[in-house]
Amino acid sequence: MWKLLQIELYKIFKKPRTYIAFGAIAAIILLIQMALLVNGKEYLQFGLGFLDDSFEIPYDRISNGYWICFVILNLLLIHVPILVALVAGDIVSGEANMGTLRLMVSKPVSRTELVLAKFLASVIYVIALLAWMALIALALSMLLFGTGDVVVAKSMELHQIEQSDVLWRYFAAFGFAALALIMVASLSLLLSCLSDNSIGPIVATVCIIIVCTLISEMQIPLYDKYLKPYLFTTYMLGWKGFFYIAVDADGQTIRGSVQNLPAILKSMGVILIYIAGFVTTAVLVFRKKDILS
Amino acid sequence: MSAIIRVNNLSKQFNEIAAVTDLSFTVNEGDVYGFLGQNGAGKSTTIRMLLTLVRPSSGSIHVFGKDLFTHRAEILKQVGAVIEKPDLYKYLSAYDNLSLFAKMSGLQVSRTLLMDQLKQVGLEERAFSKVKTFSQGMKQRLGIAVALVHNPRLIVLDEPTNGLDPQGIADIRNLVLKLSREMGKTILVSSHLLSEIELVATRMLIIDKGKKMVEGSVAELLDPSKTVVQLETTDNKETKEKLKQSKWSGFLQPDHGAVQLKMNKDEVPALVNDLVNMQVQLLSVNSTHSLEDYFLSLTTRPGHVEAFTN
Repeated sequence: MWKLLQIELYKIFKKPRTYIAFGAIAAIILLIQMALLVNGKEYLQFGLGFLDDSFEIPYDRISNGYWICFVILNLLLIHVPILVALVAGDIVSGEANMGTLRLMVSKPVSRTELVLAKFLASVIYVIALLAWMALIALALSMLLFGTGDVVVAKSMELHQIEQSDVLWRYFAAFGFAALALIMVASLSLLLSCLSDNSIGPIVATVCIIIVCTLISEMQIPLYDKYLKPYLFTTYMLGWKGFFYIAVDADGQTIRGSVQNLPAILKSMGVILIYIAGFVTTAVLVFRKKDILS
Repeated sequence: MSAIIRVNNLSKQFNEIAAVTDLSFTVNEGDVYGFLGQNGAGKSTTIRMLLTLVRPSSGSIHVFGKDLFTHRAEILKQVGAVIEKPDLYKYLSAYDNLSLFAKMSGLQVSRTLLMDQLKQVGLEERAFSKVKTFSQGMKQRLGIAVALVHNPRLIVLDEPTNGLDPQGIADIRNLVLKLSREMGKTILVSSHLLSEIELVATRMLIIDKGKKMVEGSVAELLDPSKTVVQLETTDNKETKEKLKQSKWSGFLQPDHGAVQLKMNKDEVPALVNDLVNMQVQLLSVNSTHSLEDYFLSLTTRPGHVEAFTN
């Protein structure tokens, strides 16, 4: 299994397509950082300006590296699944398309191990992608903008998190995002096992995510009750929960707290169930698949 | 001589299409076994079943005396294959491709081993070039290196000369002969060209529409003293029944409905005499002499003729 995983990783990281995602993430983050470096205050005023009459908001202190990273994650994490699908959607069907799948399957390795090795390789790719994102979005923002308290808006609430209480939340958020993206990778893997061409599973993954995200975002009671609880996209943005801090009876924020930890844990549980379901189905499909490519 | 491959009543159905029907054959140790049939005859499907790429609908396959699907990994460790086109990772070098597949075959790879293997197929100088820069012949040679790197007992070559120039075809032919004669390998090689098979094979199977037509040693099938007699009668079915109950039953060949018998040339007059005595209404008697004629008589379909005449 370890040998198969090494082989899969070697193939992934030798393929030029793999680096498109790394390049795209770096380019977008640098563009956002550059824009906020120049117009950060105006951007903040656009979001918080309605409070100017009630509070004196210290815009310069708010637009620090931690806050910039939060903005970047908000803007990016919804699009990263597309980049994950580029690699995971191609991982089996790309080999079928290239003709190498028949050679692989005729080797003395079990089909189950082969799919699991490909899944684990996708997981490592997702983690590498997020580590890269964390390095540029968090580390570089901290370097360029410094650190400070983070102010996060949630509906009509403003959550202020002390500077010393922030970093662990990012690690937790990146961990959650990794789980959500691994779910996307497992969906892509399943679709990849069903197809013999590269593009189909990639496009199908992206379409499924777009449709499900749209439904998840719609505020329609029928969907709220009967559809949203079963859509994986409903749980994908649960990472934001780590930035909503709990308050005590006096209205003071509680250091190290999370407002709704059970909801986050529930989201993680649902995501894990989806991952297990997608991967198990992918293994079953691949074990029975006639390799005709 | 021990059986390396034993296939019994193998069938594969793809929805409505029967790709292989009730196919049985045996490949013995040391054989160069030619697997002959026209395009779409079911050769590749059979080979894919032998390599566990396709699951049979029914029947059994035993390789090295063991059931293929229950001892899959153990068996495939001793099998090397080139399946149709030699598709490899184009963005990797020849060396990397060979290394990856050698590892998948359970081999402890070393640079010396891989370079030796590349040298054997004449790719030593291009070892570190990406496969996307290779010609079809070079890819085929690399595919063969991949098939042989773990020193398998059984080698399966599915249409290994497809797309090659005459020199490439001759190279493959020489390699097959070398592997068989000098290294004692058992080889199953498929082709749609009889001329290729008859130059290398010791035994052969002719398949058409997924069914076995004839199996035997090449020497026996190519025996110039033998002929295949094709009879056309007013009632072929009845003629076959009559022949089955006569001394000629052992000479009958499987076919698509026509009556065919394989025999010595000098026995043909006696056959005709007996048919007359059996009150068979003969319309024509055709005798084919070469294996090429025989192959064509077995496998030519009406559709092919129409395609030429229209």
